[in-house]
Amino acid sequence: MQISFTLNRRPTTVEVEPATLVAELLREQLHLTGTHIGCDTSQCGACVVHLNGLPVKSCTLLAPALDGATLLTIEGLTGAPGSNQMHPMQEAFREHHGLQCGFCTPGMLMTAVALATEKPDLTEADVRHGLEGNICRCTGYQNIVISVMAGAAAMHAAKGE
Amino acid sequence: MKPFAYHQPDQIPDAAKLLTSIEDSKLVAGGMTLIPTLKQRLASPTALVDLSKLGSLKGITDDAATITIGAMTPHAVVAASKLIQTKIPGLAALASMIGDPAVRSRGTIGGSVANNDPAADYPAGVLGLGATIITSKREIAADKFFLGLFETALELGEIITAIRFPVPVKAGYAKFKAPASRYALVGVFVAKFPDGVRVAVTGAGPGVFRVPPMEAALSGHFDPSAIAAIKIDTDGLASDIHAEADYRAHLVTVMAKRAVEAALS
Amino acid sequence: MGNVIGIGAAPKRKEDQRFLTGRGNYVSDIKRPGMAAGVFVRSPHGHAVLRGIDKSDALASPGVIAVLTGDDVADDGLGSLPCGWGITDAKGMPMKEPPFPMLAQDKVRFVGDMVAFVIAETPEQANAAADLLKIDYKVLPSVVGVLEAVRPDAPQLFEDVPNNICCDWELGDKAAVETAFKKAAHVARLSLVNNRLIGNPMEPRAAIAEYEPGTDRYTLWTTSQFPHVVRFLMGALVLNIPQHKLRVVAPDVGGGFGVKQFHYGEEAVITWAAKRVRRPVKWVASRSEGYVSDRHGRDHVTEAELALDETGKFLAFRVNTLANMGGYLSTFGPNIPTNLYGPLLGGVYTTPAIYCNVKVVFTNTVPVDAYRGAGRPEATFVLERIVDVAASEMGIDRVEIRRRNMIPKEAYPYQTPVLVQYDSGDPMGCLDGALVAADVKNFGARKAASARKGKFRGLGYSTYVEACGLAPSRFAGRLGARGGLYESATVRVHPTGQVTVMIGTHNHGQGHETTFAQIVSDKLGVAFENVDIVFGDTDRVQFGMGTYGSRSLVVGGAALSKATDKVIVKGKKIAAHLLEASEADIQFEAGKFSVAGTDRIKTFEEIAGAAYVPHNYPLEVLEPGLEEQAYYDPVNFTYPGGCHIAEVEVDPETGTVTLVNYTAVDDVGTVINPMIVEGQLHGGIVQGVGQALFENAVYDEGSGQLLSGSLMDYCMPRADHLPMMKVATHSTLCTHTPMGVKGCGEVGTIGSPAAVINAVVDALSHLGVTHVDMPATPNRIWRLLQNASLPVAAE
Repeated sequence: MQISFTLNRRPTTVEVEPATLVAELLREQLHLTGTHIGCDTSQCGACVVHLNGLPVKSCTLLAPALDGATLLTIEGLTGAPGSNQMHPMQEAFREHHGLQCGFCTPGMLMTAVALATEKPDLTEADVRHGLEGNICRCTGYQNIVISVMAGAAAMHAAKGE
Repeated sequence: MKPFAYHQPDQIPDAAKLLTSIEDSKLVAGGMTLIPTLKQRLASPTALVDLSKLGSLKGITDDAATITIGAMTPHAVVAASKLIQTKIPGLAALASMIGDPAVRSRGTIGGSVANNDPAADYPAGVLGLGATIITSKREIAADKFFLGLFETALELGEIITAIRFPVPVKAGYAKFKAPASRYALVGVFVAKFPDGVRVAVTGAGPGVFRVPPMEAALSGHFDPSAIAAIKIDTDGLASDIHAEADYRAHLVTVMAKRAVEAALS
Repeated sequence: MGNVIGIGAAPKRKEDQRFLTGRGNYVSDIKRPGMAAGVFVRSPHGHAVLRGIDKSDALASPGVIAVLTGDDVADDGLGSLPCGWGITDAKGMPMKEPPFPMLAQDKVRFVGDMVAFVIAETPEQANAAADLLKIDYKVLPSVVGVLEAVRPDAPQLFEDVPNNICCDWELGDKAAVETAFKKAAHVARLSLVNNRLIGNPMEPRAAIAEYEPGTDRYTLWTTSQFPHVVRFLMGALVLNIPQHKLRVVAPDVGGGFGVKQFHYGEEAVITWAAKRVRRPVKWVASRSEGYVSDRHGRDHVTEAELALDETGKFLAFRVNTLANMGGYLSTFGPNIPTNLYGPLLGGVYTTPAIYCNVKVVFTNTVPVDAYRGAGRPEATFVLERIVDVAASEMGIDRVEIRRRNMIPKEAYPYQTPVLVQYDSGDPMGCLDGALVAADVKNFGARKAASARKGKFRGLGYSTYVEACGLAPSRFAGRLGARGGLYESATVRVHPTGQVTVMIGTHNHGQGHETTFAQIVSDKLGVAFENVDIVFGDTDRVQFGMGTYGSRSLVVGGAALSKATDKVIVKGKKIAAHLLEASEADIQFEAGKFSVAGTDRIKTFEEIAGAAYVPHNYPLEVLEPGLEEQAYYDPVNFTYPGGCHIAEVEVDPETGTVTLVNYTAVDDVGTVINPMIVEGQLHGGIVQGVGQALFENAVYDEGSGQLLSGSLMDYCMPRADHLPMMKVATHSTLCTHTPMGVKGCGEVGTIGSPAAVINAVVDALSHLGVTHVDMPATPNRIWRLLQNASLPVAAE
């Protein structure tokens, strides 16, 4: 079937088998391999993307659901348009060593951005609760939590300017 | 996944017709249970009937005594609904405890109730509040709807369109999460109405169930102390590597007390 | 021009940009032209005779290219998967070492044992064909626990391995220990289980293999911590591929923790298959597939006894352990519960006599091998638990009993009775630092506050040491290693002064691209941004043993340090020529070569340029070029250690244990990048906390089914399980590594399980609880309280 959607701000039309997960479509057909697949039980969160602005697990989403929708993946997460900068959340992860092997990182970032967008003044408890669907084996989460709080503050500071 | 055809009807009767006319077809709402099942190759339907284009199934409405939630309303919307937070805060709290943020973006109340997973949260809220399941064919009382492990009163081709909740005097939900899956190891929903109290338990057994002795005790005195000494029978309770039956039985009492505390807070 | 960023600074990581923007290059991201898909068909039974496989329906299935089985492996005369260590028993007899075929032949020995490999145009077609394979199994009873496996009537995995015992290993002076026990004023005894774990790096294992007929060369891309070792083990010992015809690439790897430091059958099968089908073939494991095929960790059953005199001084320590090996010997398998366990039983204490017996046992489970810490967390757990038991029984404060037995700082180097000699350390300093950082003096007030909420609060200590920086080859060779454990680095200075380092360790989260660049920047005075680190490709990197055992900085960093020293020596020769001075008069400092006592200077860039433009070189004594290589083999292990203090709160109603505070003060030697070290400590600690509170790989006795077979049932630590941890370093310098480094990858995981469980026991000690097995799950704690017949019901 043919589906049309907005992918990272660009109109996209693809021919796809209905029995295709969005994560597979992105990785295999569209060559966007930043979205990772870390499990087969929809538990790890490495594949989180934004569908119409909301965080979803692209490994638990069928491609037909994209038709007419807006999708943002890690490859589309950027700073101010045209600035060549990273998103404030990405900058915060680098600044606070919020990643080690990098495999869970795209999903963490997409979840974090959604979390910070939804709630401007995140507490540590909010962040820990908000990350319950994203598993990291490297960091012990400490620097991720610190990064998300810093990234959220930077996102809202940038908005306030 | 094995290949399947995909249908996105925009009218409920069309959806019902597809389900009855295509052998081995399945309904997909948010897909939070079905898609993992397909991925693991545990099911191989010939066709999926996707309800997402049925706009009439989304949204939350209320009248004086009830709140009605469209079947395709995601958990995140219920959790964030000011209306539900005000009128049935225990239900908003329940929705906020399902899965994780990404699951709550996609998962729907209709999907959860129709699936009747023995460890899902919504069945406890629906049964605990004595809600009415509205389908494409009829209305079904919660007490007649849940028939045990993944079994419901739904017939072939029957689609849940909404769930209507009576507004209680007070209600609360307490969940002991299975540490790995985050499903309910034991979840208890308690609702106080002018004419009595309902207590519904999920996670502990093969399906959601009520606890009449607790209901009677709480109807007399709506306080955690009223049920502290009530123990439920371990017969028929689930026992697995995370929790043995007697521990689950114990947790039912603890979570019921905490649900009452939540309702009172 | 950028800045020199040296040792001790904390620059942001070089590798982060690609990971943050979704541009990493993991094996599963790679596509090759004409690539086919492979899936492994695995045994659904724990133990069965494999009577036959009918491939015909699978071969006829759409898109199928080939179906390979154990018979094809036998027909091609391929080798068994090798074990890298050969241990011997108390009588000097070698361990039992049955073959480990890459695809099962005659029998399957665990759920997940590989039976066939199906190759098709797409993964869906390969899966569909796999469903059509007709495999005739005669199911046998399985045995999964070590206690059950050594019983006389237990199912036998191998005909020639009686009682399933691979090796009955021992260490220490048994007679001296017996004598000391006779004199003891008190003997503390403890039976415990060290729970079985699944490593769970977030990236599942994957491999792609390709064969080029024109050059007769193979390339294997694999999720490995040690590509050169895979090249050797697989090429030389399994597939008979000459080393120069085999390239192994481990690109970005999404975490390892030991799980990816073995040579797996999947790598050999896919490489062999790629030539047979003349197509590149890709396999990517699902998480659940990883659960029944990634090597598991831990799984011990132990009886320990500690003899003490009347003052609480340790006189002798005796440990008997049954260690689970699973169905076959994995690459390092038998080394872990023996050589990496017994020698650590001295801990930071002056115990004069120690004896350890380990029975290494086969069972119908996934092979067990190294997982972060590997043997040392198990040893630390036994020792630090029994110290608490002894303190409690003798009425001595837990900190005090540790102090009375601790090796004083002045006593280093310290020879233990179990082989190892600690070069440096200050356990008392770490303990003192941790007591302050954890605010132990106000613990009583916090405990009282918890009690007011109906919660039990406990504090737990773990003062520990580990042996890491694997390893001195000479030492390892004596213990049965079948290879060396050195490391190598090449420093290539380009004509423009930028530097490329080729190093044999592998970066899969540890920040090597940053830390190693700091070493080069520091030593050569070149800008940090002008140094790149290359790893993970046998065609680009000369050689290497890879990353495990907290060895990368200790061994690899030392090789790099040596190679940069050689660059400086060569640079001085060039400078002497250019500056018309004697080589002995050339000094090198802060990136500049100068003639001592003069203002004649050549910058590092000028020397680099001159090295490649030898217009008037004295070629008979000076070669062009500026590239040096060094191999480094340490003379000893390094011995990081420290003190961890865990604070927990137990909800007696539900049995839930909540970690509320965690403090670690560790001695990791010289710190190159404190930001990265802290990150390693955080992650390591949480893996140990996971073992203590959440993680458990559970098998069903009899059927051999893995009951915790996915993330739905195996509980990984999550962000909301944890408090903010306090970590700090209190370092003494390693006396034998070039920079004084000791390594930091495993310390967290080694110190933490004992600290957490000691805290849980402390919280429940007023109820008579003396031990809690891991993981301390709510169900387990609740049952413990029930069995103690305590008034903690739902009241």
